Amino acid sequence: MTSPFATLAPATDRPPALSATDVSYVVDDTAVGRMLLVVRDDGRALATAYAPDGAAEDRWLQRVADAVSPRVLRRPADTDAVRRALEDYLSGRARLVDVPTDLVLASDFQRDVLTRLATTVGYGERTTYARLAAAVDRPRAARAVGTALGGNPLCVTLPCHRVLPASGGVGGYAGGPAAKEQLLALESARG
Amino acid sequence: MSLPPFQQLVDDHWRDVSRLARGLVGPVHADDVAQQAWTQALAAYPRLRSARNLRSWLLTVTHRCAMDHHRRARRSDPHEDPGSMAVAPVVAPPAEPPDADLWAHVAALPPRQRDAVVLRFVGDLDHRAVAAALGTTPGMSRRLVSDALATLRLDLVDPLDAAAPVDAAAPVDTAASDAAAPVDAAAPSDPEDPS
Repeated sequence: MTSPFATLAPATDRPPALSATDVSYVVDDTAVGRMLLVVRDDGRALATAYAPDGAAEDRWLQRVADAVSPRVLRRPADTDAVRRALEDYLSGRARLVDVPTDLVLASDFQRDVLTRLATTVGYGERTTYARLAAAVDRPRAARAVGTALGGNPLCVTLPCHRVLPASGGVGGYAGGPAAKEQLLALESARG
Repeated sequence: MSLPPFQQLVDDHWRDVSRLARGLVGPVHADDVAQQAWTQALAAYPRLRSARNLRSWLLTVTHRCAMDHHRRARRSDPHEDPGSMAVAPVVAPPAEPPDADLWAHVAALPPRQRDAVVLRFVGDLDHRAVAAALGTTPGMSRRLVSDALATLRLDLVDPLDAAAPVDAAAPVDTAASDAAAPVDAAAPSDPEDPS
């Protein structure tokens, strides 16, 4: 028999509304796939990462909780600026995802690679893993550069899709090769 | 030490926090108490030293907020009948639980008994966690719960049924089989209690 104690209904059918927190996120279905957008309370983007499923989402959020603060809440309003900037870029209205970023989720090497990439390879341009490796003074580290870009926490925002294998093809991409091709086509159409 | 993102606690436990608040302060103030509990939990969360028993921790915070609520209510109206917390309010009452009668009697229990029985059965906490929330021993928690259940059984047994001849094998005060008494349905026996 069911216990009336165990079946006492919640007094409301809504989860609590929580305010001001250290980290806010939203899951956004963008033109290039399901993405997790994570921002700090100062508005800097921590992650714009592909999260094809709940498991990928959980992994990113746990990394954020460990690296920044466990006070991580789903608060779409806080992520509006990032969402809008991403949409402007993906629709061709803007040539960059214009948001301040925080690379605290990246390793030192990743930070070097991503910063160099973002400052030297512009909209519609392309480079190779080897050339980017040379640019960060690690000419033999093309493979390590590939790995660093594969774990880019700020996909699209920091344009790792502009890096291709010297041997041809589009190479790997966190969002899948189709998303990479789509971004390259977007930039060559406008560039 | 790694704590899960707070949102996970909200998604996993907001219903239980809301239910516990409802059991402890009644339907009208449950939302306020639950909201306060979440705000306090969020503020304290980064300082937690263990990621184990997060549910118990949340329910303990909720209980503390419920006690604060009762304390404030007593201060603002010292004559308020403690049983009034389950009485239908003037403004838009949330749906009455199907066992409104039971909850009126739970509300009228002595506060420690009420808290113990609600933490134990609505919160589904074991006696160790109930004792921790109440600042007492597991033995005392067990006693508060069994006293509460005994009182509820007496309160809720239908006088007509009670007057009817009772099968000797199932005396009223321990009768788990007495379906006429709602509280027996509630807690035929405390699974933690070897009885």
